Amino acid sequence: MSSMKLDHQIITRIITEKAHVLDLGCGNGELLSLLTEKKNARVQGIELDDEEMHKCVERGLTVLQGDIESGLSDYPDQAFDFVILNQIMQELKKADFVIQDSLRVGKRVIVGFPNFAHIRARLTLLFHGKTPVIDSLPYYWFETPNIRFLTIRDFIDYCRGKNIHIEQQYFLGKTGQIKFLPNLLALNALFVITKQKQ
Amino acid sequence: MKKTDSEFVRTRYFTFAEPPCRLELKSGLSLGPATLAYETYGKLNNEKSNAILVCHALSGDAHAAGFQEGDKTAGWWDDMIGPGKALDTRLYFIICSNVIGGCKGSTGPSSINPRTGKPYAIDFPVITIADMVDAQKHLIDYFGIAKLLCVIGGSMGGMQALQWASAYPDNLIACIPIATALKHSPQQIAFDEVIRQSIMADPAWRGGNYYESGQPEKGLAVARMIGHITFMSDQSMEEKFSRKLKNEKLSFQFTDDFEVEGYLRYRGYNFVKRFDANSYLYITKAMDYFDLSGEKFMPQVKRTNVRFLVISFTSDWLYPSHQSQDIVRLLKRKHAYTTYCDLKSSYGHDAFLIEIREETKLIKNFLANVRLT
Repeated sequence: MSSMKLDHQIITRIITEKAHVLDLGCGNGELLSLLTEKKNARVQGIELDDEEMHKCVERGLTVLQGDIESGLSDYPDQAFDFVILNQIMQELKKADFVIQDSLRVGKRVIVGFPNFAHIRARLTLLFHGKTPVIDSLPYYWFETPNIRFLTIRDFIDYCRGKNIHIEQQYFLGKTGQIKFLPNLLALNALFVITKQKQ
Repeated sequence: MKKTDSEFVRTRYFTFAEPPCRLELKSGLSLGPATLAYETYGKLNNEKSNAILVCHALSGDAHAAGFQEGDKTAGWWDDMIGPGKALDTRLYFIICSNVIGGCKGSTGPSSINPRTGKPYAIDFPVITIADMVDAQKHLIDYFGIAKLLCVIGGSMGGMQALQWASAYPDNLIACIPIATALKHSPQQIAFDEVIRQSIMADPAWRGGNYYESGQPEKGLAVARMIGHITFMSDQSMEEKFSRKLKNEKLSFQFTDDFEVEGYLRYRGYNFVKRFDANSYLYITKAMDYFDLSGEKFMPQVKRTNVRFLVISFTSDWLYPSHQSQDIVRLLKRKHAYTTYCDLKSSYGHDAFLIEIREETKLIKNFLANVRLT
């Protein structure tokens, strides 16, 4: 497990045995391969990039070439046990729509994103007056795919406002989980969310 | 391409629906006896679990791979079928049969009607893609294969693959529809109608009864020319022909000045030698009637375990990518685990016969995974 990325480790722990999993923006399929191998999960990926998509097929994964915003439509309600939105939400134009539709399609949604309120990001902006480039946000302004910059607190507020239940939350540092002052010290966050019980 | 098999392949024939049985058709009519011409490559294993059915396109035939005695060129999908290829004959048993309504050994309008002792001509019943597939099912049953590992095909072959999944979901594990659609759009029907009209407008067609007097060659050649335009893309035509002249200068006559004209004429007149005009009418009609959209697809199934690999090509304007995406949308509703790839290509609809390297990569990996699960 040690060579696994920290977020992948945690997601692998969250996913239940033989679960049906949809990964939106699954990249080269690294995470889905892990889930197939470790949890016998039945997985479906969606990825737009040609090369990444071919890598997924090489790994023997089931993957649809397409964009995420239209990728969810047509799936029946609650078709998957888990929908994964890992490190992709910051790139989405219609983030709210995708989260809501993920909650429709999946019984649980796992959302992972870089925390823009990390102390180094705050300090870079405060003392250097420059857009932060840190481990979890490694891009300069002119090359970043990110169009949204959100913090852990932003996301918690969002869930509260939209009546979304946060079932589990994990805050990630460079090497392990952060328990103290996560919005200041965590580079990344992972949330497991569900629709609020009526 | 070097020859992959030292042995020649042979077309075989399977006859069914012999009296008192008949093949019931979707039109309400029936046909019998019916013969399917087919070829096989590779070996059927003891469990009969490694069979892949290859379905051909409009003008294809059972001879998908290898060389028949006297052949100068290999079967129409030889690049994909053979040892180490996408459909690896060391692993899989490949079956390809000529469609019912065709003219390459299977029963079609040019076959002898047992009632009259003459070719059916247009007394042959109108057939559908579903009828083609029902006939193939007889062949698969004859082999004793309960479950095909995969049904694969491009263009009209892809329609058959979809029809297999829809009509016989329990009899296949995987389905690979390539460069195809759930139904013909008005544009596709329109092209087919022009194709049919050009055949029927040729006086030599004689209401379909030309088997003694000879084919409506001019009409059939024009029909095929129309087809070839739709198989290419703007870009692939530019690359292949540009405005190149056959001779050095313009003739100022109605002759084939441009290479593209020469190409179409060559294709058209060659086609006449190998294809029956009435079969072209019947098969284009079957494609126009094909419609598995909405509730018509897998009507008995809420959630399917059939695995799909859907492939389209970016420059294909005859069966554009959005039609493949419609297939994917329908598969999502059936909870089908689907791989879809929109391959970048400039070859238009022909790409499914040309983009071998990319298709091989996808299909090989997909099948390897299907075989494991």
